[in-house]
Amino acid sequence: MNGHAIRAIYSFEMARTWRTLSQSIAGPVISTSLYFVVFGSAIGSRMTAIGGVSYAAFIIPGLTMLSLLNESISNASFGIYMPKFSGTIYEVLSAPISYLEIVLGYVGAAASKSIVLGTVILLTARVFVDYHIAHPFWMFAFLVLTAITFSLFGFIIGLWADGFQKLQLVPMLIVTPLTFLGGSFYSIKMLPPFWQHVTLFNPVVYLISGFRWSFYGASDVSVGVSMTMTLVFLALCLGVARWLLKSGYHLKA
Amino acid sequence: MQSSEHFPELQTVTSDSLGALVDSIISVKNLTKTYASGFQALKNVNLEIRRGEIFALLGPNGAGKTTLIGVVCGTVNPSSGAVLADGHDIIADYRAARSKIGLVPQELSTDMFETVWDTVCFSRGLFGKPKNSAHIEKVLRELSLWDKRASKIMTLSGGMKRRVLIAKALSHEPQILFLDEPTAGVDVDLRRDMWHMVRALRETGVTIILTTHYIEEAEQMADRIGVINKGEIVLVEEKSVLMEKLGKKELILQLESPLKVIPPSLAQYELALSKEGAQLTFTFHAARERAKMATLLHDLAELGIGFTDLQTRESSLEEIFVSLVRPQS
Ligand SMILES: Nc1ncnc2c1ncn2[C@@H]1O[C@H](COP(=O)(O)OP(=O)(O)OP(=O)(O)O)[C@@H](O)[C@H]1O
Ligand SMILES: [Mg+2]
Repeated sequence: MNGHAIRAIYSFEMARTWRTLSQSIAGPVISTSLYFVVFGSAIGSRMTAIGGVSYAAFIIPGLTMLSLLNESISNASFGIYMPKFSGTIYEVLSAPISYLEIVLGYVGAAASKSIVLGTVILLTARVFVDYHIAHPFWMFAFLVLTAITFSLFGFIIGLWADGFQKLQLVPMLIVTPLTFLGGSFYSIKMLPPFWQHVTLFNPVVYLISGFRWSFYGASDVSVGVSMTMTLVFLALCLGVARWLLKSGYHLKA
Repeated sequence: MQSSEHFPELQTVTSDSLGALVDSIISVKNLTKTYASGFQALKNVNLEIRRGEIFALLGPNGAGKTTLIGVVCGTVNPSSGAVLADGHDIIADYRAARSKIGLVPQELSTDMFETVWDTVCFSRGLFGKPKNSAHIEKVLRELSLWDKRASKIMTLSGGMKRRVLIAKALSHEPQILFLDEPTAGVDVDLRRDMWHMVRALRETGVTIILTTHYIEEAEQMADRIGVINKGEIVLVEEKSVLMEKLGKKELILQLESPLKVIPPSLAQYELALSKEGAQLTFTFHAARERAKMATLLHDLAELGIGFTDLQTRESSLEEIFVSLVRPQS
């Protein structure tokens, strides 16, 4: 294991984060605050409580997940796309470093950043809503696993993308709809039965459901299923990332 | 095994006859590379680089120099064949192989917002070496980058960026250094500095493989020269031997009175008239036909052709090079 290399990539990526701290942290914090003001306070005040939880409190886990997903994907995809685009990837390719180490460095940094961000968002939410966390350990477990899984997913997109359009295509066309339809703002039990079934094909449902369970002890799908699906998706992303790197896909001619 | 004492007459590839007998640090065997487009950039390349030498790889644009370097360094997947770096297979044993190699790419691909210091330290870490500020400082000072250590890379000039890339490649103390056109776009002073640096590195035992379009550079620096053309190694030779073997010499005579035609009795010599018959140029092979110069002068005297001035000129590597890569006429 080339620990120095992992640390080098990790610190390099984290340094990029600190350099762009305002965009990295402030952006998502501001947009989340806006969601709270609009959905939580303005609209939420006219909504009935869902399963005994006020609407403003109900949307906190979903909103946090929304930012977590978007930021994990955009950070990780950008992190690997940029060196590809600028050509500096040559150095990583010529270094005595395994594919796993490359992933650990880039994805580890993107996930760390997301975890910090998720925490900051939860703290921001506290300013607006007085929520409580029923299962702090599981809350953190879901936060960390989601950050890792979607950073990996972003990494894959960054590997696959051969232009800036593609880099934004997947987040825009797939991830955003899936998060919005994944129960960020509603319980899927509010949907007609047919759509409840369709929704179960959306992986984000499991993330949000599990995450919400860790807050309020109630969930759309059982927490065991949520955790299993999260791990399945993580394993899937790991497999794809490994395969892409091994074949040198879009990295090596 | 062939004797190494006698050099075979001009032949296309001489790497094996010599390579097998000396300690080679890089050994390329039957290497081919076909890009996804179907273009074959390397065709059965065999090459031995000797430990501690400066090897210049020459070839026209698109010959396959960068591709060859890319395969050895791990940025290009080979299609078939094998490469050993200091005895380690570059694929099966990539960690050991790559940790010995430093690469300065042809393109000026650098980070933008990082400082010189950070980017060079990053490279060292990437190659698995623990932090060593003293070494990084030494490298930066040698490349006259010490004053720029806190500058963001995007604020540097092209020549400085080139040096940053060299610093990155040297950050992990490689035994083998690839310089892909290190002096492209570099001013005369800096080019001198770079030659100086390359020689100094060689003194410390580093093997250097460089590509260049400046023949002068290869002539000045290299111990051995390889020529690649259309994906094939067409020649590998000691520079001195190459100059000797391939070098044409010219004898230029300023005639007392102009000649209209070359006398038929001199047909055995390769002669040309210029300056309206006032200048006679005799082209001969420096090594093999040295004696002919004397006989020509003798024959001229017999014919009563006098001359006022005489000079000889040796052809440069550039001319050798051009004659090799030009399609045979
Ligand atoms: N990624 C690629 N896909 C397809 N063809 C490629 C690729 N990279 C290089 N080639 C082709 O392979 C050939 C060799 O390219 P290479 O870059 O190795 O040449 P070179 O000798 O380094 O040239 P130069 O002196 O211009 O740097 C060229 O014809 C080039 O067009
Ligand atoms: Mg090239």
